[in-house]
Amino acid sequence: MHVPDGFINAPVSAVAGVVAAGAVAVSLRGARRELGGERTAPLAGLVAAFIFAVQMLNFPVAAGTSGHLLGGALAAILVGPFTGVLCIAVVLLMQGILFADGGLTALGVNITVMGVVTTLVAYALFRGLTGVLPRTRRSTTAAAFVAALVSVPAAAAAFTLIYAVGGTTDVPLGKVLTAMVGVHVLIGIGEAAITALTVGAVLAVRPDLVHGARGLAAPLKLRVHGELVDVPAPAAAPAAPRSTRKVWATGLAAALLLAGFVSFYASASPDGLEKVAADKGIDEKTQEHGAADSPLADYGVKDVDDARLSGGLAGVIGVGATVVVGSGVFWAVRRRSTPQAPVTRTTESV
Amino acid sequence: MSLPSAPVPSLEVSGLAYAYPDGHQALFGVDLTVSRGERVALLGPNGAGKTTLVLHLNGILDAGAGTVRVAGLPVGKRDLAEIRRRVGIVFQDPDDQLFMPTVREDVAFGPASAGLRGAELEERVTAALRQVGMEEFAARPPHHLSFGQRRRVAVATVLAMRPEILVLDEPSSNLDPASRRELADILRSLDVTVLMVTHDLPYALELCPRSVILSDGVIAADGRTQDLLCDEELMHAHRLELPFGFDPRSVAVPRP
Amino acid sequence: MGAGHAHKLYRHGHSPVHALPPHCKLAAVLCFVLVVVSTPREAVWAFALYAVLLAAVAAVARIPAGFLLKRLLIEVPFVAFALLMPFVVPGEQTELLGVSVSVPGLWGAWNVLAKGTLGVAASVILASTTELRSLLLGLQRLRMPPLLVQIASFMIRYGDVITDELRRMSIARRSRGFEASGVRHWGVLAKTAGALFIRSYERGERVHLAMVSRGYTGAMPVIDEMTASRTQWAYAGALPLTALAVCLLGWTV
Repeated sequence: MHVPDGFINAPVSAVAGVVAAGAVAVSLRGARRELGGERTAPLAGLVAAFIFAVQMLNFPVAAGTSGHLLGGALAAILVGPFTGVLCIAVVLLMQGILFADGGLTALGVNITVMGVVTTLVAYALFRGLTGVLPRTRRSTTAAAFVAALVSVPAAAAAFTLIYAVGGTTDVPLGKVLTAMVGVHVLIGIGEAAITALTVGAVLAVRPDLVHGARGLAAPLKLRVHGELVDVPAPAAAPAAPRSTRKVWATGLAAALLLAGFVSFYASASPDGLEKVAADKGIDEKTQEHGAADSPLADYGVKDVDDARLSGGLAGVIGVGATVVVGSGVFWAVRRRSTPQAPVTRTTESV
Repeated sequence: MSLPSAPVPSLEVSGLAYAYPDGHQALFGVDLTVSRGERVALLGPNGAGKTTLVLHLNGILDAGAGTVRVAGLPVGKRDLAEIRRRVGIVFQDPDDQLFMPTVREDVAFGPASAGLRGAELEERVTAALRQVGMEEFAARPPHHLSFGQRRRVAVATVLAMRPEILVLDEPSSNLDPASRRELADILRSLDVTVLMVTHDLPYALELCPRSVILSDGVIAADGRTQDLLCDEELMHAHRLELPFGFDPRSVAVPRP
Repeated sequence: MGAGHAHKLYRHGHSPVHALPPHCKLAAVLCFVLVVVSTPREAVWAFALYAVLLAAVAAVARIPAGFLLKRLLIEVPFVAFALLMPFVVPGEQTELLGVSVSVPGLWGAWNVLAKGTLGVAASVILASTTELRSLLLGLQRLRMPPLLVQIASFMIRYGDVITDELRRMSIARRSRGFEASGVRHWGVLAKTAGALFIRSYERGERVHLAMVSRGYTGAMPVIDEMTASRTQWAYAGALPLTALAVCLLGWTV
């Protein structure tokens, strides 16, 4: 369930649109670096198609309810933050234009909240954690869990910030939403669990494809049923120089700080529109979408008057911290990764 | 160059060796010449390096040692666009090959990349689709075609570039017998050099008078398809097996 | 890309709306929605007029009302949310059908419902009268970055292929007696997602090879030129301009 038209007023929607456009523009450049020049379009397109498809994969929760992956954290970890932002943005754009899912004027809000914030927070946290934790598969999976877990309420915080500034109605959903805390927390945890398990599954088979864990994989070669798979050149996966550990540690500290804010904040603004919608007997199709989005859900703040202010503040700080952490990480990553990853593998499909 | 009177072969591979970036070596000096208009089958067990060889033909992989020439033009960074026009590769999975939203746009992709526009482009597309009998499907999305139809469109996408040599990777895989025969008819009707990578030995016998066996990264045998298929020792040594009940001796090959 | 797909978005037809160039339609819908969003919620009659405008466009495009209404269901979760507003928003209370509800809440609900519904309806009309493929060309024409258009077009081309793979994997799972029924099955489903990602990525690599083999160097060749005449722009502009007039009236009255 994406933000529809009329939910956020026009000026704020426009500002969000500018922010989203800027983020997409930056990502367009960044993605070329992540995927390698002319490979960008087909690879990012296929990953977007994957995100689109995986959002249809329903994960049963309990008592007939089910949720599905939002995919922001997963995309960031698997293909990198820039490509992640691009893919989610394209998915949202297509959902808005084709399915009328999410208003056209709210596209900026949707991309900012679900694409940019989710992806950046998840990636910053993930890199921070993997930088500090021992370089094993288990800790990579754990880092994916935490990253996805935090990314959902972070998006909610970002949405609340936007709503606090440009919401068309004051909605102190505190009472109602508190009743739904359980459902919402479950969604965040669900996203985290599924993201972590999926990352783990990819790590087990093609560790080289997990962008966020390239330092982890030793160059290796698989030969499965005559399928000869050459996995990345060592150049693409340099072991992190010692000195960058400090950057990671700082990033992690900042991210945890952010997480603290976010969770404090999120506890006041849970979401469970999905649950409400499901209970009202919405058909399967809607449920697919309905079970989706936390960000939107969490517009509520407990008591508008000061909670809204504090919420906004938390949001500001949260987003600010995200930006700082994000840029720090990108800076470090850019310095670390070699500029170009050449075509390093080929499938022998004979 | 050789004698001026002899036509330039479509494909000349000499001493081609290649190792993947991780050090695994796939090709150990491949020598292969295919004359203009010939249809040659490239046989070999899994992992012999067939796809690696194919990816050298249009410069996707750079030769570690040795050279590849297409109609006399050496494959290299300098003439990559022209090389890729001359070498038309039809990949195994047509869904990989047909990446555009409609059949027409997909067939137009190659020539349009080469700079063709307007009526000339349209004519090229129609001609290529006609060659494979798919002209009435031009406006359809590839996803709505049957597998056999998609394979034929995949051939058309390459034909639209007027290639010097058509390289097919497992053209008969996943086709039902009728589609298989239709594709064979199409391939036979084309006036173009063909290099066909295949495990389908009867298909190789049916379409290609000459075959080469690639094994362990080198050309292990080169000769008449029927002779190679009848040489049980050779076949066994390279893990090539004929389908049950198929006797290559019993088949009358059109052109000896 | 034509009608088709698992989702019946596009309705084939030959109406004047179908015939408009896609970038005109995209621009018109976007402007219309912008105007709607900027209208003050108190001008209830203005929203009624917008609805009439959209109904007129739908009629010209020969889209059956039933089809349109069914597609509007996408916003049901929001209706649920909007319906809560009158009960939870603080402020002046009033009686409605014997229930005490808040006035600002009612206005808020009305605002979201009216604007959201009009937005969805406009998008639905756009999607049902414009082929997927032309929409992409339209976006490109409206100066969306080419790389983004390419990514979107690959997403649409392979969305079905990958959804099909997902379906096959699900059938394979169920054929072996697996039925996902709770949290303890997430591991299996996540493995499916992981395998799907690997397949998608590897397909991306193969598609890239196929593209490069046909001369791709990073830019999509121009295959169809699209232009819109002044008249076509005028037709497309009719909707947002009329809406703008209504909106201005709404602010002044």
